[in-house]
Amino acid sequence: MREFDLEAFLPRFIKAIGETLLMVGVSFTAASIIGILLALWLYASRPGNILENRVVYSVINFLINLIRPVPFLIVAIAVVGLTRIVFGTSLGPLAATLPLTIVASVAIARVIETNLVAVDPGAVEAGTAMGASPVRVLFTIVIPESLGPMVLGLTYIVVALVDATAVAGVLGAGGLGDLALKYGWARFDYTVIWIVVITLVILVQGIQAIGNLIARKVMH
Amino acid sequence: MTTAIAFEGVSKVFESNGRPFHALRDVDLTIERGEIYGIVGYSGAGKSTLLRTVNALERPTAGRVVVDGREISSLSGTQLYAARQRIGMIFQQFNLLRSRSVYKNIAYPLALAGLPKDQILDRVEELLEFVGLTDKALAYPSQLSGGQKQRVGIARALATRPDILISDEATSALDPQTTGEVLELLRRVRAEYGLTVLLVTHEIDAIREIADKVAVMDAGQVVEHGSVYEVFSNPQNRTSRRFVSSVLHHIPSPETLDKIRIVHHGRLVQIHVEDRESNEPFLSRVARARGVDFNVVYGGIDELQSRLFGSLTVELLGTDAAVDDAIADLRAVTPVQEVSHA
Repeated sequence: MREFDLEAFLPRFIKAIGETLLMVGVSFTAASIIGILLALWLYASRPGNILENRVVYSVINFLINLIRPVPFLIVAIAVVGLTRIVFGTSLGPLAATLPLTIVASVAIARVIETNLVAVDPGAVEAGTAMGASPVRVLFTIVIPESLGPMVLGLTYIVVALVDATAVAGVLGAGGLGDLALKYGWARFDYTVIWIVVITLVILVQGIQAIGNLIARKVMH
Repeated sequence: MTTAIAFEGVSKVFESNGRPFHALRDVDLTIERGEIYGIVGYSGAGKSTLLRTVNALERPTAGRVVVDGREISSLSGTQLYAARQRIGMIFQQFNLLRSRSVYKNIAYPLALAGLPKDQILDRVEELLEFVGLTDKALAYPSQLSGGQKQRVGIARALATRPDILISDEATSALDPQTTGEVLELLRRVRAEYGLTVLLVTHEIDAIREIADKVAVMDAGQVVEHGSVYEVFSNPQNRTSRRFVSSVLHHIPSPETLDKIRIVHHGRLVQIHVEDRESNEPFLSRVARARGVDFNVVYGGIDELQSRLFGSLTVELLGTDAAVDDAIADLRAVTPVQEVSHA
Protein backbone atom coordinates (compact mmCIF):
# COMPACT_ATOMS: atom_id res chain seq x y z
CA MET A 1 0.00 0.00 0.00
CA ARG A 2 1.45 3.34 -1.03
CA GLU A 3 1.23 6.80 0.53
CA PHE A 4 -1.88 8.80 -0.24
CA ASP A 5 -0.91 11.45 -2.84
CA LEU A 6 -3.14 14.46 -2.24
CA GLU A 7 -1.61 16.56 -4.99
CA ALA A 8 -2.44 13.98 -7.64
CA PHE A 9 -5.82 13.16 -6.07
CA LEU A 10 -7.30 16.63 -5.74
CA PRO A 11 -7.73 17.52 -9.44
CA ARG A 12 -9.13 14.04 -10.16
CA PHE A 13 -11.51 14.40 -7.24
CA ILE A 14 -12.79 17.80 -8.35
CA LYS A 15 -13.24 16.53 -11.92
CA ALA A 16 -15.12 13.48 -10.64
CA ILE A 17 -17.50 15.62 -8.56
CA GLY A 18 -18.11 17.80 -11.59
CA GLU A 19 -18.89 14.76 -13.74
CA THR A 20 -21.27 13.31 -11.17
CA LEU A 21 -23.10 16.62 -10.80
CA LEU A 22 -23.27 16.94 -14.59
CA MET A 23 -24.75 13.45 -14.97
CA VAL A 24 -27.28 13.95 -12.18
CA GLY A 25 -28.18 17.48 -13.32
CA VAL A 26 -28.68 16.74 -17.00
CA SER A 27 -30.46 13.42 -16.58
CA PHE A 28 -32.70 14.72 -13.79
CA THR A 29 -33.73 17.76 -15.83
CA ALA A 30 -34.45 15.73 -18.95
CA ALA A 31 -36.15 12.94 -17.00
CA SER A 32 -38.33 15.41 -15.10
CA ILE A 33 -39.73 16.82 -18.33
CA ILE A 34 -40.34 13.38 -19.85
CA GLY A 35 -41.52 11.84 -16.58
CA ILE A 36 -43.98 14.62 -15.75
CA LEU A 37 -45.49 14.49 -19.25
CA LEU A 38 -45.75 10.71 -19.06
CA ALA A 39 -47.34 10.92 -15.60
CA LEU A 40 -49.91 13.50 -16.74
CA TRP A 41 -50.76 11.45 -19.79
CA LEU A 42 -51.01 8.28 -17.71
CA TYR A 43 -53.19 10.02 -15.12
CA ALA A 44 -55.45 11.64 -17.70
CA SER A 45 -56.01 8.38 -19.56
CA ARG A 46 -57.05 6.50 -16.41
CA PRO A 47 -60.64 5.19 -16.47
CA GLY A 48 -62.97 8.07 -15.54
CA ASN A 49 -60.45 10.85 -16.23
CA ILE A 50 -60.31 13.51 -18.98
CA LEU A 51 -58.54 11.56 -21.71
CA GLU A 52 -59.89 8.18 -20.62
CA ASN A 53 -58.35 5.61 -22.94
CA ARG A 54 -57.81 2.07 -21.82
CA VAL A 55 -55.33 1.26 -24.61
CA VAL A 56 -53.12 4.33 -24.04
CA TYR A 57 -53.19 3.75 -20.30
CA SER A 58 -52.24 0.08 -20.65
CA VAL A 59 -49.42 0.78 -23.09
CA ILE A 60 -47.78 3.50 -20.96
CA ASN A 61 -48.32 1.46 -17.85
CA PHE A 62 -46.73 -1.59 -19.49
CA LEU A 63 -43.76 0.44 -20.72
CA ILE A 64 -43.07 1.78 -17.24
CA ASN A 65 -43.39 -1.65 -15.70
CA LEU A 66 -41.09 -3.06 -18.38
CA ILE A 67 -38.17 -0.74 -17.67
CA ARG A 68 -38.55 -0.19 -13.92
CA PRO A 69 -37.51 -3.60 -12.59
CA VAL A 70 -34.45 -3.89 -14.87
CA PRO A 71 -31.22 -3.03 -12.96
CA PHE A 72 -29.61 0.19 -14.17
CA LEU A 73 -26.42 -1.58 -15.26
CA ILE A 74 -28.40 -3.81 -17.64
CA VAL A 75 -30.36 -0.85 -19.08
CA ALA A 76 -27.10 1.04 -19.68
CA ILE A 77 -25.61 -1.93 -21.54
CA ALA A 78 -28.82 -2.56 -23.48
CA VAL A 79 -28.96 0.97 -24.88
CA VAL A 80 -25.25 1.27 -25.75
CA GLY A 81 -26.11 1.16 -29.47
CA LEU A 82 -28.56 4.03 -29.11
CA THR A 83 -26.08 5.99 -27.00
CA ARG A 84 -23.44 5.67 -29.74
CA ILE A 85 -25.90 6.95 -32.35
CA VAL A 86 -26.90 9.93 -30.22
CA PHE A 87 -23.51 10.95 -28.76
CA GLY A 88 -21.06 9.26 -31.10
CA THR A 89 -19.60 7.39 -28.12
CA SER A 90 -20.81 5.37 -25.17
CA LEU A 91 -18.09 6.73 -22.89
CA GLY A 92 -17.96 9.84 -20.72
CA PRO A 93 -20.47 11.50 -18.41
CA LEU A 94 -22.60 13.02 -21.17
CA ALA A 95 -23.13 9.66 -22.87
CA ALA A 96 -24.17 8.17 -19.54
CA THR A 97 -27.02 10.67 -19.24
CA LEU A 98 -29.01 8.75 -21.84
CA PRO A 99 -29.54 5.51 -19.87
CA LEU A 100 -29.80 7.59 -16.67
CA THR A 101 -32.56 9.68 -18.25
CA ILE A 102 -34.42 6.57 -19.40
CA VAL A 103 -34.54 4.93 -15.98
CA ALA A 104 -35.22 8.21 -14.17
CA SER A 105 -38.06 9.11 -16.57
CA VAL A 106 -40.08 6.01 -15.84
CA ALA A 107 -39.36 6.25 -12.12
CA ILE A 108 -40.50 9.89 -12.06
CA ALA A 109 -43.57 9.05 -14.13
CA ARG A 110 -44.61 6.41 -11.60
CA VAL A 111 -43.85 8.55 -8.53
CA ILE A 112 -45.82 11.52 -9.88
CA GLU A 113 -48.74 9.44 -11.13
CA THR A 114 -49.01 7.81 -7.70
CA ASN A 115 -49.13 11.25 -6.07
CA LEU A 116 -51.75 12.54 -8.51
CA VAL A 117 -53.96 9.52 -7.89
CA ALA A 118 -53.60 9.96 -4.13
CA VAL A 119 -55.12 13.48 -4.13
CA ASP A 120 -58.20 13.67 -1.91
CA PRO A 121 -61.20 12.87 -4.17
CA GLY A 122 -63.18 15.33 -2.06
CA ALA A 123 -60.99 18.21 -3.27
CA VAL A 124 -61.54 17.12 -6.88
CA GLU A 125 -65.28 16.87 -6.26
CA ALA A 126 -65.37 20.34 -4.69
CA GLY A 127 -63.70 21.76 -7.79
CA THR A 128 -66.12 19.97 -10.09
CA ALA A 129 -69.08 21.17 -8.02
CA MET A 130 -67.81 24.76 -8.26
CA GLY A 131 -67.97 24.47 -12.05
CA ALA A 132 -64.31 23.87 -12.91
CA SER A 133 -63.67 21.93 -16.11
CA PRO A 134 -61.72 18.67 -15.80
CA VAL A 135 -58.59 20.29 -17.27
CA ARG A 136 -58.91 23.13 -14.80
CA VAL A 137 -59.37 20.68 -11.95
CA LEU A 138 -56.18 18.89 -13.01
CA PHE A 139 -54.05 22.04 -13.15
CA THR A 140 -55.52 24.11 -10.32
CA ILE A 141 -56.42 21.36 -7.84
CA VAL A 142 -54.87 17.95 -8.50
CA ILE A 143 -51.33 19.15 -9.25
CA PRO A 144 -51.08 21.87 -6.54
CA GLU A 145 -52.61 19.52 -3.94
CA SER A 146 -50.04 16.81 -4.70
CA LEU A 147 -47.00 19.10 -4.92
CA GLY A 148 -45.63 18.37 -1.43
CA PRO A 149 -45.36 14.57 -1.73
CA MET A 150 -44.30 15.06 -5.36
CA VAL A 151 -41.25 17.10 -4.28
CA LEU A 152 -40.31 14.39 -1.79
CA GLY A 153 -40.70 11.74 -4.50
CA LEU A 154 -38.48 13.72 -6.88
CA THR A 155 -35.89 14.13 -4.12
CA TYR A 156 -35.83 10.37 -3.78
CA ILE A 157 -35.20 10.10 -7.54
CA VAL A 158 -32.26 12.55 -7.39
CA VAL A 159 -30.69 10.47 -4.64
CA ALA A 160 -31.25 7.31 -6.69
CA LEU A 161 -29.60 9.07 -9.63
CA VAL A 162 -26.48 9.84 -7.56
CA ASP A 163 -26.42 6.15 -6.75
CA ALA A 164 -26.85 5.19 -10.44
CA THR A 165 -24.02 7.49 -11.58
CA ALA A 166 -21.65 5.50 -9.38
CA VAL A 167 -22.75 2.38 -11.24
CA ALA A 168 -22.36 4.20 -14.55
CA GLY A 169 -18.72 4.71 -13.55
CA VAL A 170 -18.17 1.00 -14.20
CA LEU A 171 -19.09 1.57 -17.85
CA GLY A 172 -16.67 4.43 -18.32
CA ALA A 173 -18.92 7.32 -17.45
CA GLY A 174 -16.44 8.93 -15.09
CA GLY A 175 -17.61 10.59 -11.92
CA LEU A 176 -17.17 9.65 -8.26
CA GLY A 177 -17.97 5.97 -8.76
CA ASP A 178 -15.30 5.72 -11.43
CA LEU A 179 -12.79 7.45 -9.15
CA ALA A 180 -13.47 5.04 -6.32
CA LEU A 181 -13.11 2.04 -8.63
CA LYS A 182 -10.04 3.09 -10.57
CA TYR A 183 -7.98 4.79 -7.91
CA GLY A 184 -9.42 3.22 -4.80
CA TRP A 185 -10.51 -0.34 -5.42
CA ALA A 186 -8.06 -1.21 -8.21
CA ARG A 187 -5.08 0.25 -6.36
CA PHE A 188 -6.14 -0.81 -2.87
CA ASP A 189 -6.20 2.85 -1.83
CA TYR A 190 -8.85 2.87 0.88
CA THR A 191 -8.35 6.56 1.55
CA VAL A 192 -9.79 7.31 -1.89
CA ILE A 193 -12.73 4.97 -1.28
CA TRP A 194 -13.48 6.60 2.06
CA ILE A 195 -13.28 10.10 0.65
CA VAL A 196 -15.68 9.15 -2.14
CA VAL A 197 -18.08 7.46 0.27
CA ILE A 198 -18.09 10.47 2.60
CA THR A 199 -18.56 12.82 -0.35
CA LEU A 200 -21.54 10.76 -1.55
CA VAL A 201 -23.09 10.76 1.93
CA ILE A 202 -22.73 14.54 2.19
CA LEU A 203 -24.16 14.98 -1.31
CA VAL A 204 -27.18 12.78 -0.55
CA GLN A 205 -27.81 14.45 2.82
CA GLY A 206 -27.64 17.85 1.15
CA ILE A 207 -30.09 16.86 -1.60
CA GLN A 208 -32.52 15.38 0.93
CA ALA A 209 -32.32 18.51 3.11
CA ILE A 210 -33.09 20.75 0.16
CA GLY A 211 -35.96 18.46 -0.91
CA ASN A 212 -37.46 18.48 2.58
CA LEU A 213 -37.19 22.26 2.73
CA ILE A 214 -39.03 22.75 -0.57
CA ALA A 215 -41.68 20.17 0.34
CA ARG A 216 -42.35 21.93 3.65
CA LYS A 217 -42.69 25.23 1.81
CA VAL A 218 -45.33 23.92 -0.60
CA MET A 219 -47.24 21.69 1.86
CA HIS A 220 -48.11 24.10 4.66
CA MET B 1 -93.39 31.03 -4.75
CA THR B 2 -91.60 29.53 -7.68
CA THR B 3 -89.92 26.21 -7.97
CA ALA B 4 -86.16 26.11 -7.37
CA ILE B 5 -85.54 22.40 -7.79
CA ALA B 6 -87.83 19.74 -9.23
CA PHE B 7 -87.07 16.04 -9.25
CA GLU B 8 -89.31 14.35 -11.80
CA GLY B 9 -89.38 10.57 -11.76
CA VAL B 10 -85.68 10.40 -10.93
CA SER B 11 -84.16 6.93 -10.86
CA LYS B 12 -80.53 5.90 -10.60
CA VAL B 13 -79.21 2.42 -11.11
CA PHE B 14 -75.60 1.59 -10.34
CA GLU B 15 -73.90 -1.48 -11.71
CA SER B 16 -72.05 -3.27 -8.93
CA ASN B 17 -70.32 -6.57 -9.66
CA GLY B 18 -72.57 -7.04 -12.66
CA ARG B 19 -75.70 -6.69 -10.54
CA PRO B 20 -77.89 -3.59 -10.71
CA PHE B 21 -78.29 -1.56 -7.53
CA HIS B 22 -81.25 0.81 -7.40
CA ALA B 23 -79.96 3.89 -5.57
CA LEU B 24 -82.99 6.00 -6.49
CA ARG B 25 -86.45 4.77 -7.44
CA ASP B 26 -88.78 7.15 -9.21
CA VAL B 27 -88.31 10.17 -6.93
CA ASP B 28 -90.73 13.10 -7.34
CA LEU B 29 -90.06 16.12 -5.17
CA THR B 30 -90.41 19.87 -5.54
CA ILE B 31 -88.40 22.44 -3.60
CA GLU B 32 -89.72 26.00 -3.65
CA ARG B 33 -87.51 29.06 -3.82
CA GLY B 34 -86.32 30.30 -0.42
CA GLU B 35 -87.14 27.09 1.42
CA ILE B 36 -84.84 25.18 3.71
CA TYR B 37 -85.61 21.63 2.71
CA GLY B 38 -84.21 18.67 4.59
CA ILE B 39 -83.82 15.15 3.28
CA VAL B 40 -83.35 12.57 5.99
CA GLY B 41 -82.64 8.87 5.80
CA TYR B 42 -80.29 6.16 6.99
CA SER B 43 -77.00 5.67 5.17
CA GLY B 44 -77.59 3.93 1.87
CA ALA B 45 -81.10 5.36 1.55
CA GLY B 46 -80.05 7.29 -1.56
CA LYS B 47 -80.26 10.81 -0.15
CA SER B 48 -76.69 11.83 -1.10
CA THR B 49 -77.16 10.41 -4.59
CA LEU B 50 -80.34 12.46 -4.95
CA LEU B 51 -78.57 15.61 -3.74
CA ARG B 52 -75.71 15.07 -6.16
CA THR B 53 -78.08 15.02 -9.12
CA VAL B 54 -78.86 18.69 -8.38
CA ASN B 55 -75.43 19.79 -9.68
CA ALA B 56 -75.05 16.79 -11.99
CA LEU B 57 -72.21 15.21 -10.02
CA GLU B 58 -74.50 12.23 -10.49
CA ARG B 59 -76.74 11.76 -13.50
CA PRO B 60 -80.07 9.98 -13.24
CA THR B 61 -80.62 6.87 -15.36
CA ALA B 62 -84.26 7.91 -15.76
CA GLY B 63 -86.24 11.07 -15.07
CA ARG B 64 -85.26 14.74 -14.99
CA VAL B 65 -83.79 17.16 -12.50
CA VAL B 66 -84.87 20.72 -13.19
CA VAL B 67 -82.95 23.51 -11.44
CA ASP B 68 -84.17 27.09 -11.91
CA GLY B 69 -86.25 26.03 -14.87
CA ARG B 70 -83.39 24.29 -16.65
CA GLU B 71 -82.93 20.56 -16.93
CA ILE B 72 -79.47 20.25 -15.43
CA SER B 73 -79.34 16.52 -16.07
CA SER B 74 -79.12 17.24 -19.81
CA LEU B 75 -76.43 19.95 -19.72
CA SER B 76 -72.78 19.36 -20.53
CA GLY B 77 -69.56 21.28 -21.15
CA THR B 78 -69.44 25.01 -20.53
CA GLN B 79 -73.22 25.20 -20.01
CA LEU B 80 -72.92 22.70 -17.18
CA TYR B 81 -69.91 24.49 -15.64
CA ALA B 82 -71.84 27.78 -15.72
CA ALA B 83 -74.91 26.15 -14.15
CA ARG B 84 -72.78 24.67 -11.37
CA GLN B 85 -71.48 28.13 -10.49
CA ARG B 86 -75.09 29.01 -9.58
CA ILE B 87 -75.25 26.16 -7.06
CA GLY B 88 -73.11 26.26 -3.94
CA MET B 89 -72.22 22.97 -2.27
CA ILE B 90 -70.88 22.11 1.16
CA PHE B 91 -69.56 18.75 2.26
CA GLN B 92 -69.24 16.52 5.31
CA GLN B 93 -65.43 16.48 5.05
CA PHE B 94 -65.38 20.20 4.06
CA ASN B 95 -63.24 19.40 0.98
CA LEU B 96 -61.08 22.50 1.28
CA LEU B 97 -57.93 22.77 -0.82
CA ARG B 98 -55.09 22.11 1.59
CA SER B 99 -52.48 23.77 -0.59
CA ARG B 100 -54.32 27.09 -0.47
CA SER B 101 -54.92 29.61 2.29
CA VAL B 102 -58.42 30.35 3.55
CA TYR B 103 -58.42 33.46 1.39
CA LYS B 104 -57.44 31.52 -1.74
CA ASN B 105 -59.97 28.79 -1.03
CA ILE B 106 -62.79 31.32 -1.00
CA ALA B 107 -61.32 33.13 -4.00
CA TYR B 108 -61.20 29.93 -6.06
CA PRO B 109 -64.78 29.96 -7.40
CA LEU B 110 -64.52 33.72 -8.01
CA ALA B 111 -61.39 33.27 -10.13
CA LEU B 112 -63.23 30.48 -11.90
CA ALA B 113 -66.04 32.90 -12.69
CA GLY B 114 -63.46 35.25 -14.18
CA LEU B 115 -63.77 38.10 -11.66
CA PRO B 116 -60.97 40.71 -11.63
CA LYS B 117 -58.54 40.62 -8.68
CA ASP B 118 -59.80 43.74 -6.90
CA GLN B 119 -63.40 42.50 -6.96
CA ILE B 120 -62.27 39.11 -5.67
CA LEU B 121 -60.50 40.83 -2.78
CA ASP B 122 -63.62 42.81 -1.83
CA ARG B 123 -65.92 39.80 -2.09
CA VAL B 124 -63.66 37.49 -0.07
CA GLU B 125 -63.32 40.10 2.68
CA GLU B 126 -67.09 40.46 2.79
CA LEU B 127 -67.56 36.69 3.03
CA LEU B 128 -64.88 36.29 5.70
CA GLU B 129 -66.71 38.86 7.76
CA PHE B 130 -70.04 37.10 7.20
CA VAL B 131 -68.68 33.80 8.52
CA GLY B 132 -66.59 35.50 11.22
CA LEU B 133 -63.13 34.40 10.05
CA THR B 134 -61.55 37.70 9.02
CA ASP B 135 -58.49 36.97 11.17
CA LYS B 136 -57.96 33.58 9.52
CA ALA B 137 -57.61 34.82 5.93
CA LEU B 138 -53.99 33.78 5.65
CA ALA B 139 -54.28 30.56 7.66
CA TYR B 140 -54.20 27.17 5.96
CA PRO B 141 -56.99 24.60 6.39
CA SER B 142 -54.73 22.37 8.52
CA GLN B 143 -54.61 25.17 11.11
CA LEU B 144 -58.40 25.38 11.48
CA SER B 145 -60.90 23.51 13.67
CA GLY B 146 -63.71 21.50 12.08
CA GLY B 147 -66.27 24.24 12.62
CA GLN B 148 -63.95 26.86 11.15
CA LYS B 149 -63.30 24.64 8.13
CA GLN B 150 -67.02 24.30 7.50
CA ARG B 151 -67.47 28.06 7.78
CA VAL B 152 -64.78 28.46 5.10
CA GLY B 153 -66.69 25.83 3.09
CA ILE B 154 -69.88 27.86 3.42
CA ALA B 155 -68.11 31.12 2.48
CA ARG B 156 -66.65 29.37 -0.58
CA ALA B 157 -70.05 27.97 -1.55
CA LEU B 158 -71.64 31.44 -1.29
CA ALA B 159 -68.85 33.28 -3.10
CA THR B 160 -70.47 33.47 -6.53
CA ARG B 161 -73.85 34.49 -5.00
CA PRO B 162 -75.59 31.26 -6.00
CA ASP B 163 -79.37 30.86 -5.83
CA ILE B 164 -79.18 27.42 -4.31
CA LEU B 165 -77.05 25.90 -1.57
CA ILE B 166 -76.86 22.13 -1.27
CA SER B 167 -75.40 20.49 1.79
CA ASP B 168 -74.19 16.90 1.94
CA GLU B 169 -74.09 15.95 5.64
CA ALA B 170 -72.39 19.27 6.39
CA THR B 171 -72.70 18.92 10.16
CA SER B 172 -72.16 15.17 10.51
CA ALA B 173 -68.44 15.46 11.24
CA LEU B 174 -68.94 18.18 13.86
CA ASP B 175 -69.63 18.10 17.59
CA PRO B 176 -73.09 19.20 18.81
CA GLN B 177 -71.98 22.71 19.81
CA THR B 178 -70.29 23.37 16.45
CA THR B 179 -73.23 21.79 14.63
CA GLY B 180 -75.47 24.37 16.26
CA GLU B 181 -73.21 27.20 15.12
CA VAL B 182 -73.10 25.94 11.52
CA LEU B 183 -76.89 25.49 11.45
CA GLU B 184 -77.31 29.01 12.77
CA LEU B 185 -75.04 30.22 9.97
CA LEU B 186 -77.18 28.40 7.38
CA ARG B 187 -80.27 30.07 8.84
CA ARG B 188 -78.56 33.45 8.39
CA VAL B 189 -77.62 32.52 4.82
CA ARG B 190 -81.28 32.06 4.00
CA ALA B 191 -82.36 35.16 5.88
CA GLU B 192 -79.75 37.49 4.36
CA TYR B 193 -79.32 36.09 0.87
CA GLY B 194 -82.72 34.46 0.33
CA LEU B 195 -81.10 31.25 -0.79
CA THR B 196 -82.88 27.97 -1.30
CA VAL B 197 -81.15 25.41 0.91
CA LEU B 198 -81.39 21.68 0.28
CA LEU B 199 -79.69 19.66 2.96
CA VAL B 200 -79.16 15.97 3.34
CA THR B 201 -78.50 14.49 6.74
CA HIS B 202 -79.01 11.45 8.91
CA GLU B 203 -79.35 13.79 11.90
CA ILE B 204 -83.05 14.50 12.19
CA ASP B 205 -82.21 17.03 14.90
CA ALA B 206 -80.55 19.29 12.33
CA ILE B 207 -83.75 19.24 10.29
CA ARG B 208 -85.87 19.96 13.33
CA GLU B 209 -83.63 22.95 14.04
CA ILE B 210 -83.69 24.73 10.70
CA ALA B 211 -85.78 23.08 7.99
CA ASP B 212 -89.21 24.21 6.80
CA LYS B 213 -89.94 21.00 4.98
CA VAL B 214 -88.63 17.49 5.14
CA ALA B 215 -88.57 14.40 2.96
CA VAL B 216 -87.84 11.00 4.43
CA MET B 217 -85.99 8.53 2.22
CA ASP B 218 -85.75 4.79 2.52
CA ALA B 219 -84.31 2.32 -0.01
CA GLY B 220 -84.07 4.91 -2.77
CA GLN B 221 -87.61 6.20 -2.38
CA VAL B 222 -89.17 9.25 -0.79
CA VAL B 223 -91.52 7.56 1.67
CA GLU B 224 -92.93 10.69 3.22
CA HIS B 225 -92.64 14.43 2.74
CA GLY B 226 -94.30 17.57 3.99
CA SER B 227 -93.78 20.45 6.38
CA VAL B 228 -91.55 19.68 9.33
CA TYR B 229 -94.54 20.22 11.61
CA GLU B 230 -96.72 17.75 9.70
CA VAL B 231 -94.14 15.03 9.45
CA PHE B 232 -92.83 15.41 12.98
CA SER B 233 -96.21 15.71 14.62
CA ASN B 234 -97.78 12.84 12.76
CA PRO B 235 -95.29 10.62 10.95
CA GLN B 236 -97.04 8.07 8.76
CA ASN B 237 -94.21 5.83 7.69
CA ARG B 238 -92.26 3.35 9.83
CA THR B 239 -88.91 4.93 8.90
CA SER B 240 -90.20 8.43 9.55
CA ARG B 241 -91.54 7.34 12.90
CA ARG B 242 -88.22 5.85 13.88
CA PHE B 243 -86.43 9.08 12.98
CA VAL B 244 -88.93 11.30 14.71
CA SER B 245 -88.94 9.14 17.84
CA SER B 246 -85.16 9.48 18.04
CA VAL B 247 -85.48 13.20 18.74
CA LEU B 248 -89.03 13.58 19.94
CA HIS B 249 -89.61 11.06 22.60
CA HIS B 250 -93.38 10.92 22.58
CA ILE B 251 -93.69 8.04 20.14
CA PRO B 252 -92.42 4.68 21.41
CA SER B 253 -89.87 2.95 19.19
CA PRO B 254 -90.80 -0.59 18.11
CA GLU B 255 -88.40 -1.91 20.78
CA THR B 256 -90.00 0.17 23.50
CA LEU B 257 -93.41 -0.98 22.33
CA ASP B 258 -92.33 -4.61 22.77
CA LYS B 259 -91.38 -3.84 26.36
CA ILE B 260 -94.70 -2.09 27.02
CA ARG B 261 -96.54 -5.13 25.67
CA ILE B 262 -95.00 -7.35 28.33
CA VAL B 263 -97.19 -5.69 30.96
CA HIS B 264 -99.94 -4.07 28.92
CA HIS B 265 -101.98 -6.64 27.03
CA GLY B 266 -104.94 -4.37 26.26
CA ARG B 267 -105.47 -2.46 23.04
CA LEU B 268 -103.04 0.47 22.61
CA VAL B 269 -103.88 3.71 20.87
CA GLN B 270 -101.76 6.74 20.10
CA ILE B 271 -103.70 9.92 20.80
CA HIS B 272 -102.47 12.97 19.01
CA VAL B 273 -102.04 16.11 21.14
CA GLU B 274 -101.65 19.62 19.77
CA ASP B 275 -102.63 23.23 20.46
CA ARG B 276 -106.29 23.11 21.55
CA GLU B 277 -108.96 25.73 21.79
CA SER B 278 -110.84 24.34 24.77
CA ASN B 279 -109.89 22.68 28.02
CA GLU B 280 -112.53 19.97 27.74
CA PRO B 281 -111.16 16.80 29.43
CA PHE B 282 -112.04 14.51 26.55
CA LEU B 283 -110.03 11.48 27.65
CA SER B 284 -111.74 10.98 30.99
CA ARG B 285 -115.15 11.96 29.53
CA VAL B 286 -114.95 9.25 26.84
CA ALA B 287 -113.64 6.66 29.28
CA ARG B 288 -116.49 7.34 31.71
CA ALA B 289 -119.17 7.40 28.99
CA ARG B 290 -118.03 4.13 27.36
CA GLY B 291 -117.18 2.30 30.56
CA VAL B 292 -113.55 1.67 29.73
CA ASP B 293 -110.45 2.15 31.88
CA PHE B 294 -107.22 3.61 30.58
CA ASN B 295 -103.52 3.57 31.35
CA VAL B 296 -101.19 6.21 29.94
CA VAL B 297 -98.21 4.01 29.03
CA TYR B 298 -96.07 6.37 27.00
CA GLY B 299 -96.08 9.91 25.67
CA GLY B 300 -94.78 13.43 25.61
CA ILE B 301 -95.59 16.91 24.42
CA ASP B 302 -93.09 19.04 22.54
CA GLU B 303 -92.88 22.42 20.97
CA LEU B 304 -92.04 22.67 17.27
CA GLN B 305 -91.93 25.83 15.20
CA SER B 306 -93.63 27.45 18.24
CA ARG B 307 -96.60 25.08 18.16
CA LEU B 308 -97.40 22.43 20.72
CA PHE B 309 -97.70 18.88 19.67
CA GLY B 310 -97.10 15.39 20.91
CA SER B 311 -98.90 12.18 21.59
CA LEU B 312 -99.99 9.91 24.39
CA THR B 313 -99.93 6.16 24.02
CA VAL B 314 -102.86 4.86 26.02
CA GLU B 315 -103.94 1.34 26.89
CA LEU B 316 -107.73 0.97 26.76
CA LEU B 317 -109.25 -1.72 28.96
CA GLY B 318 -112.79 -2.97 28.41
CA THR B 319 -114.89 -5.10 26.11
CA ASP B 320 -113.94 -4.98 22.43
CA ALA B 321 -117.18 -3.22 21.51
CA ALA B 322 -116.74 -0.62 24.26
CA VAL B 323 -113.14 0.05 23.23
CA ASP B 324 -114.27 0.43 19.57
CA ASP B 325 -116.86 3.00 20.65
CA ALA B 326 -114.32 4.83 22.81
CA ILE B 327 -111.87 5.06 19.90
CA ALA B 328 -114.64 6.41 17.66
CA ASP B 329 -115.48 9.07 20.27
CA LEU B 330 -111.82 10.06 20.68
CA ARG B 331 -111.44 10.37 16.92
CA ALA B 332 -114.15 13.01 16.94
CA VAL B 333 -111.77 15.18 19.00
CA THR B 334 -108.28 14.40 17.71
CA PRO B 335 -106.46 11.96 15.40
CA VAL B 336 -106.12 8.55 17.03
CA GLN B 337 -104.15 5.60 15.78
CA GLU B 338 -104.50 2.10 17.05
CA VAL B 339 -101.13 0.44 17.57
CA SER B 340 -101.33 -2.95 15.92
CA HIS B 341 -100.08 -6.02 17.73
CA ALA B 342 -96.58 -6.77 16.51
